[in-house]
Amino acid sequence: MDTQETIKQQVTTNQVVLYMKGTPEFPQCGFSANAVKILSLCGVDNLFTVDVLTNPEIRQGIKEYSNWPTIPQLYINGEFIGGSDIITEMNQSGELLKLLQK
Amino acid sequence: MKTLDLIKQKLATLNPESIELSDESARHAGHEGAKSGGGHYLLTIVSPEFSGKPAMSRHRLVYAALGEMMSKDIHAISVKAYTPEEFNSDSVH
Repeated sequence: MDTQETIKQQVTTNQVVLYMKGTPEFPQCGFSANAVKILSLCGVDNLFTVDVLTNPEIRQGIKEYSNWPTIPQLYINGEFIGGSDIITEMNQSGELLKLLQK
Repeated sequence: MKTLDLIKQKLATLNPESIELSDESARHAGHEGAKSGGGHYLLTIVSPEFSGKPAMSRHRLVYAALGEMMSKDIHAISVKAYTPEEFNSDSVH
């Protein structure tokens, strides 16, 4: 399976997917750590994460998939939501919680 | 030209009313992601071009304006993008 197909499968078979640097337990970047923290505070207990530092093909491929140049990237119900700043804004506005409850 | 000036020059295509840009690289020195040499930046940009656009579209405009700097000079950039109306209202501050 090529990388784009792998990504498509990941984001469509899991409700909440975060492409990040490191793992939720040991994030390797402040922006990824911030995303994990917010999702956890929102009560997400089924978070599927992909560590792009150990998956170089995904690291490049995810930027092409979403046409978005930075990591982390959050997907909910197969849809690209945004990066760390947008996750933060949507959490403050309550939009994120609404999306997660769909 | 310094990276900060170069970033501001690139962002000028968005007709910004104001740009606040700071270099946060020192705070991230030594972490795994900083090895590539790219810097960490914090940006607040105010432009009428963002009017009627959701956050994601605004960020895309900023990334597009920065072009290949995103993959070379910039390791990470935190973006806050407002319209002049939003920036002047209380909700932002």
